[in-house]
Amino acid sequence: MAEESKPPQESESSQPEQKAATPAPPAKSAPASTAPAAAKPVAPAAKAPAPLQIPLDSELVRRYRERFGAAILDALEDRKQPYLIVECAQLLEIARYSRDEEKFDLLEDFTAVDWPKREKRFDLVAILYSFAHNARLRLKAVVGVEEHPASLTSIWPTANWLEREIYDMFGIEFSGHPGLKRILLPDGWQGHPLRKDYDILQQDTAWVRENLGIESGQ
Amino acid sequence: MQDDALQNNGTLLGADELVLNMGPQHPSTHGVLRVKLKLDGERVRGTECVIGYLHRGVEKIAENRTYQQFAPYVDRMDYVAAVSNGLGYCEAVEKLLNVEAPDRAKVIRTILTELQRIASHLVWLGTHALDIGALTPLFYCFREREEILKIFEKYCGARLTTHAFRIGGLQYEAYDEFEKDVERFCKDFERRIQDYADLLTGNSIWIGRTRNIGVLNAADCIALGATGPILRAAGVKWDLRKAQPYAAYDRYQFEIPVGTNGDTYDRYMVRMEEMRQSRLICLQAIENIPAGPIFGKVGKVIKPAPGEVYHAIEAPKGILGYYIVSDGSTQPYRVRIRPPSFVNLQALDTMIRGHLVADVVAVIGTLDIVLGEVDR
Amino acid sequence: MNATLQALLQFLQTWWVELVCGVVIVAVVPLIAGYVVLVERKLMADMQARLGPMRVGPHGLLQPIADAVKLLIKEDIIPRDSDALIFWFAPVISMVAALTSMGALYFGPSFRVAQGINIGILFVIGVSSLGFLGIILGGWASNSHYSIIGAIRSTAQLVSYETAGGLAIIAALLLAGTLRISAIVDAQAEQRVWFIFLAPVGFFIYLVASIAETNRAPFDLPEAESELVAGYMTEYSGFRWALYFLGEYANMIVVASVATTLFLGGWLRPFPNVHWLNWLDGLPPLIIALAGIYSIYRAGKQPVWVQSWFMWAVAFACFAVAAIFAAPIAFAPLRFALPGLNGAFWFLVKVSAYIYVFMWLRFTLPRYRFDQLMHLGWYILIPLAIVNVFSVGVAMLLESEFGWNRWLALIITTAFTLAVSVYLVHLHDKRAVMASTGRGVISDSYAG
Repeated sequence: MAEESKPPQESESSQPEQKAATPAPPAKSAPASTAPAAAKPVAPAAKAPAPLQIPLDSELVRRYRERFGAAILDALEDRKQPYLIVECAQLLEIARYSRDEEKFDLLEDFTAVDWPKREKRFDLVAILYSFAHNARLRLKAVVGVEEHPASLTSIWPTANWLEREIYDMFGIEFSGHPGLKRILLPDGWQGHPLRKDYDILQQDTAWVRENLGIESGQ
Repeated sequence: MQDDALQNNGTLLGADELVLNMGPQHPSTHGVLRVKLKLDGERVRGTECVIGYLHRGVEKIAENRTYQQFAPYVDRMDYVAAVSNGLGYCEAVEKLLNVEAPDRAKVIRTILTELQRIASHLVWLGTHALDIGALTPLFYCFREREEILKIFEKYCGARLTTHAFRIGGLQYEAYDEFEKDVERFCKDFERRIQDYADLLTGNSIWIGRTRNIGVLNAADCIALGATGPILRAAGVKWDLRKAQPYAAYDRYQFEIPVGTNGDTYDRYMVRMEEMRQSRLICLQAIENIPAGPIFGKVGKVIKPAPGEVYHAIEAPKGILGYYIVSDGSTQPYRVRIRPPSFVNLQALDTMIRGHLVADVVAVIGTLDIVLGEVDR
Repeated sequence: MNATLQALLQFLQTWWVELVCGVVIVAVVPLIAGYVVLVERKLMADMQARLGPMRVGPHGLLQPIADAVKLLIKEDIIPRDSDALIFWFAPVISMVAALTSMGALYFGPSFRVAQGINIGILFVIGVSSLGFLGIILGGWASNSHYSIIGAIRSTAQLVSYETAGGLAIIAALLLAGTLRISAIVDAQAEQRVWFIFLAPVGFFIYLVASIAETNRAPFDLPEAESELVAGYMTEYSGFRWALYFLGEYANMIVVASVATTLFLGGWLRPFPNVHWLNWLDGLPPLIIALAGIYSIYRAGKQPVWVQSWFMWAVAFACFAVAAIFAAPIAFAPLRFALPGLNGAFWFLVKVSAYIYVFMWLRFTLPRYRFDQLMHLGWYILIPLAIVNVFSVGVAMLLESEFGWNRWLALIITTAFTLAVSVYLVHLHDKRAVMASTGRGVISDSYAG
């Protein structure tokens, strides 16, 4: 079981250099060749650093793979924090297994991330904690716009408001939720703000005009 | 979960339930919180919380600011305990960058965070006692809190929204009399906390108003995600500062206070004891603040490698978590803040069922919510 | 015409003292009540480590005047759907009840409106409890959820604790043997001891009951801010609200006066009629002079010269009053005024002490929840008061029929009453633990 401990500095910092070198040589060499005056390469500050995810193959991951097989799409570790990418259809089953067998009894957080350029744009992220093992695990499920993932409220009642917030901010509807409606924004609001295509300055001007009686400044 | 009981009008006389609205403006809801109470006479049969009055879109703003620019925003969430929010955020980004703050910075961070925990609990105690009718503890608590805010003001110039920490360490060196001020406060505080205990702990009216009110047992706590003093009062001896130490907490000795019943009185005792333990941590810390730099190896431009990290701390209200996703640019791709008050407030429905209307105020007070954190 | 004028003049001639005293009560008592509010605010501030009103007048002494003016010039808001006549009338009833009951109280030897009546105490308690009409009518006329709930609660509380208080008073009445106020105090003078020492349980029950009757903390749930805003007073503003508020404080003065008369010896000095303690008659001017000396001492510590000057003025006033009190002792021709002056002094001191205890309890104790409040009234105080009546009665019987020493009989019966009270409190604790949960739904959320 992977624990969170302070990562040793040296091994981690050397890795990005190696990883950075392989995927991005064309980007690095181009500016260096076209800027002869800048003899010193200032590349480390200018280029985007490469990702730090490494594939994970621990006891825990093996148990999950054994139980769910192909539903576990991937198992990675990022900065010493393990996470599993799972099939959305099996999320409920995997969650139940996590709570009952693997003793992840606390759903610490349940949220989503929007990657609009992907075909299935949303990442549902559930962060689980186990008191018995003092360890965390992240479950990620890839969800498309029209999909209705199963609600986790039957397993962890705390998911009630967390899922309402995901629905409010991203527009992901959960099937089987006892009362899915907006929580932070007013009930009649149009639009889902945390999606990347919702501009930072955008507002539901119709709602503002109707309910507050003012012209929204945005 | 909460609506099925509300649809059943199964009262004795077949009478309809009365819906009493504790509106957004109410002297005791600690901010703009609307609670719809379904009453059967005086007994509460169910509640529905309407929140979002203070929603400012902090998570969306985070995607449009650089990492350093976003740091002052987190203070405004739990504005009663701004320093803790800052600690969680800075440590999360430091994890994302794979750097650590130097020792001296960690210790000073610990001291300031523990002082902030005391200040937050003092606000809680004063307002909670006021809601239940004890007028005097409020003023005593705010008098002590004033001393802490003076220390913060001397340190970073602000009392409430401090932005005390930076990503990578601290910006300001501890001022000259920092240790003396903290020590003087801690020495004085022991007697003061005894004053509050004398006023409330053995008072039969206080016990009558808080014993067996708002009971939440351990299984319910974990199921509903309620953490912090609520979980400890239910009997679970667990504190993130001991389970997964951050900052300099692994160097100091302190106890985790635990309750037995999970009622309001136990939460009161747990928070009082937490204040005492925070005081002890501060006293241990100021004895030996290591010398050295206060800022780690973090450049002016923060561009973490693409990836994600989740870091949680034990804020005064519960577990405060930051889930930050980076796409390699100077602005975070997604910042998710796991607010303890939001998750704890969900437990209100379970805690208040079957109690009287006069207890609603006591239970909301014992949850110790800050609407800035609930709504973000 | 001449006959009516003649009759009117005759009436005035007989009753002019009473009329003037009545006018004085109506005019002065609200002002006094206003200053009691100021004292409460300053006392609250002192116990809360702050200063209280300081701006309006020196040390806030003109605060009540400023508040009264502000309330008088406020807009008169009457809710649209309320019953306007009753809305207008309700606070008046409250105030009138409090002021009328004051008519029978004895503030001084020649201050009489109705002191001579032979049902003195009954009159005072009966009329002051008519104030509940003002509360219930005000709550109903406001046409608001919160108001009616607050009014009903307040009324229920008043009625319950009125019963307990009334039963507690009987103990002192048994000891005095009469309802006439002057006779009760004379009985205490005759027995050379205040009745609080003979019937302590009765005093304590009356203390608690009077706190509940005046809606003071810890029994102020009906009007607590964090509960129902202000209960029956929610819709009232401006001077209507001031009438309610002043009525409450006037009620406090009435209740304190009743307790003083019955239990604390009225206008008698401590250990009245004990000859070798007659030097205690010289205490009033001494105490006032001490207050003056303390003012001089504080004058030196004031940071600003204006405040020093004010303290000197206070000291001067104290010495002047002390001189007035000392004059009858020093000059024999003025000796006739001694009982009156001293009596007024002791009466005021005792009433003030009683009200001080009210205020002290308000700032220290949290509030009782309404069901706990009613439980305390009906399950503890009323049974205890009934037992107390019986025990004092038995003690009187033992003294008169069997020739027991009065003190011995009372001590024995009081011990019995205290044992009963301990038992009742023990029962209350056990019951409270069981009653507070009352949850019909057992939480089973973890099982989903």
